[in-house]
Amino acid sequence: MKLSLTKVVNGCRLGKIKNLGKTRDHTMDIPGCLLYTKTGSAPHLTHHTLHNIHGVPAMVQLTLSSLAEHHEVLTEYKEGVGKFIGMPESLLYCSLHDPVSPCPAGYVTNKTVSVWGVSGRVEMTVSKFMAIQQALQPDWFQCLSDGEVSCKEATSIKRARKSVDRSLLFLDNCLRLQEESEVLQKSVIIGVIEGGDVMEERLRSARETAKRPVGGFLLDGFQGNPTTLETRLRLLSSVTAELPEDKPRLISGISRPDEVLECIERGVDLFESFFPYQVTERGCALTFNFDYQPNPEETLLQQNGTQEEIKCVDHIKKIETTGCNQEITSFEINLKEKKYQEDFNPLVRGCSCYCCENHTRAYIHHLLVTNELLAGVLLMMHNFEHYFGFFHSIREALKSDKLAQLKELIHRQSHSLQPLPPGFKRFSCLSLLSNWDYRHLPPRSANFCIFSRDGVSPYWPG
Amino acid sequence: MAGAATQVSLESAPRIMRLVAECSRSRARAGELRLPHGTVATPVFMPVGTQATMKGITTEQLDALGCRICLGNTYHLGLRPGPELIQKANGLHGFMNWPHNLLTDSGGFQMVSLVSLSEVTEEGVRFRSPYDGNETLLSPEKSVQIQNALGSDIIMQLDDVVSSTVTGPRVEEAMYRSIRWLDRCIAAHQRPDKQNLFAIIQGGLDADLRATCLEEMTKRDVPGFAIGGLSGGESKAQFWRMVALSTSRLPKDKPRYLMGVGYATDLVVCVALGCDMFDCVFPTRTARFGSALVPTGNLQLRKKVFEKDFSPIDPECTCPTCQNHSRAFLHTLLHSDNTAALHHLTVHNIAYQLQLMSAIRTSIVEKRFPDFVRDFMGTMYGDPTLCPTWATDALASVGITLG
Repeated sequence: MKLSLTKVVNGCRLGKIKNLGKTRDHTMDIPGCLLYTKTGSAPHLTHHTLHNIHGVPAMVQLTLSSLAEHHEVLTEYKEGVGKFIGMPESLLYCSLHDPVSPCPAGYVTNKTVSVWGVSGRVEMTVSKFMAIQQALQPDWFQCLSDGEVSCKEATSIKRARKSVDRSLLFLDNCLRLQEESEVLQKSVIIGVIEGGDVMEERLRSARETAKRPVGGFLLDGFQGNPTTLETRLRLLSSVTAELPEDKPRLISGISRPDEVLECIERGVDLFESFFPYQVTERGCALTFNFDYQPNPEETLLQQNGTQEEIKCVDHIKKIETTGCNQEITSFEINLKEKKYQEDFNPLVRGCSCYCCENHTRAYIHHLLVTNELLAGVLLMMHNFEHYFGFFHSIREALKSDKLAQLKELIHRQSHSLQPLPPGFKRFSCLSLLSNWDYRHLPPRSANFCIFSRDGVSPYWPG
Repeated sequence: MAGAATQVSLESAPRIMRLVAECSRSRARAGELRLPHGTVATPVFMPVGTQATMKGITTEQLDALGCRICLGNTYHLGLRPGPELIQKANGLHGFMNWPHNLLTDSGGFQMVSLVSLSEVTEEGVRFRSPYDGNETLLSPEKSVQIQNALGSDIIMQLDDVVSSTVTGPRVEEAMYRSIRWLDRCIAAHQRPDKQNLFAIIQGGLDADLRATCLEEMTKRDVPGFAIGGLSGGESKAQFWRMVALSTSRLPKDKPRYLMGVGYATDLVVCVALGCDMFDCVFPTRTARFGSALVPTGNLQLRKKVFEKDFSPIDPECTCPTCQNHSRAFLHTLLHSDNTAALHHLTVHNIAYQLQLMSAIRTSIVEKRFPDFVRDFMGTMYGDPTLCPTWATDALASVGITLG
């Protein structure tokens, strides 16, 4: 495995990781994200619907919390979790926990770490952990680590120190066991940087972990609500400064578009894609714009637009985004809202995902109101594609030195108002709807195009 | 041509069915339905997508399985999202983006299934909505009006449905009322050139009542007939006799749609008895409970016995679930909260039903349907002679012996 950087701009690393996987012929782009899964399957999606999505990342994230309890089955299966879940061609990264489900605190000991599956707690020593990895045979896996420190509000120095000590001990033991296993040598161990919010411990963790022969680094314990991230971003810069340039840096628990950009600027390469899943679960669709291509006329319109909207603030109820991740963000629209009942536009105009090419907001609204399973399927397809498109635009922006524009665009949307209520008349200067404006789509006529792959005409001739 | 009360009957409704082959022993037929959204090979099983969706699978997936006709439900869609909205969306086809055929039930069955929320009069069925407590009157005219807005290729008359376990004068009342309601539906139908209105034969389990209904309704020149009021709680012995009676009196050159029939054995037997079209929620519903349909019955994949079974649901099945996944993986996924598990099984179960109908049809065309039946029963029950008595009797009545 080889990480080649094309360029580093303002702390952002653009490049490729080559020679990945057991066959050593896969490549991954950075910055990038991993496909989020639950129990080895993209949420709501089957083989067919997953393959409808454009831009699915080369590497899939599996969670040990969902797979550890199936250790026996996988051991008997012998051929590895990739084949077991029906993704024999994908690169696999196995994290300890599911970023979406919080793990209860108080279960890490000097010798064991626990994960929570459907049947309850699975306690793992280093041996058991490595035995499970031997059955899974992932390409990368997060080393056993003490990440509990991030579950609490304030970390004591003592606890932070312990998280680093334990994680290093686990790492050394895992590396030793890896050496003794032919199967495990085909997998890459990702070292975990712990240390809570204590700078000294974070630096120690980074330096010491970097001394070990790990394949990459997981920056753990930076997740939380947006306000805590701000304080942790300073820590993050200091940590990545201690890490070698030629190994990938993953971060856990960070998936929101604005936070992703902040972390990329501080040297992070890979992210989890659970944010689109969370958006799906609350019946929402990602609509934020990541088309940063500057156009002088449009820029002027955009600036004027922002001014006019700010004037309207007093008349509009601001929807606050609190710290809790479960709140609807300003990156998305809530399809359950009544105003979408007769909206025959796609979720996002110009989006080429299966959902936007074939269905309307009105239809998704109906599916949500009637509690139909298809809502989750279609929203997941759109949200994943939109999110992967965002990462593509980050890489493109870095290539053409336009990241500042993209960042400004995202930043504007992360603090923007929720879409205007129906019936609100826009000011004339905004009536020129350029194609970047995803929030205020004019109604389309009812002539909806039905897909016809085999060119079947609508009526039987004669 | 018209009967006494039927100055409203259609003038030669289109013959939408073309017979391709007939079994020389039984009443089984293979044919083709010519419908506005394309041809449908019969015998056909129609999956049920009640609320403008096939339960977690996309229309593209449904198309890829070879489905060319599926069901929507007037009662549900009439309430949510309502006919006006669907009309604005270019009909139900446009709303759910389904390019092939749709059949809509009239809302009649909900009279039985939601009996505590409904009240029947000559005018129509009064429902109390479970969502907002509002009362709606579903009359024959209203049902047809909604179905006209939905734009489905086949629409069903509103019938007065009683549970097959009900006896006494109510059954007779419902049968005669269904005839009157058929005439009202025919009169109210605004789009006979684009939508095919089917009649529904009622009469419960009473041979005389059913015969009367058959005689009267076949005087109306509708494009097709459904056999209704069965597939409830009645005994199978009574069930097949009513089906056989109905097919013996229905015209040969029009499709016979047996409503609510879906178990594999029932499908095979009722094809032998002369039915062409079937619908049932069973395959899709049982999928969502973790049950996969196979030629020997079904696999309850949540059970521990499948934990380490690394073979596909059915090695002969060509569906994407069987091509890509093992029973063990599906077992694992079913015990998680990822809905993908349900979708895998829905895909497979629909594939199973469609593959079964296709095999039945091929055997009819190739003049070996009786052998197919024997093989099928052998696989399903271990030996053809171990087939349930009612099925043996029903098959015998049309010349197919299993022993």
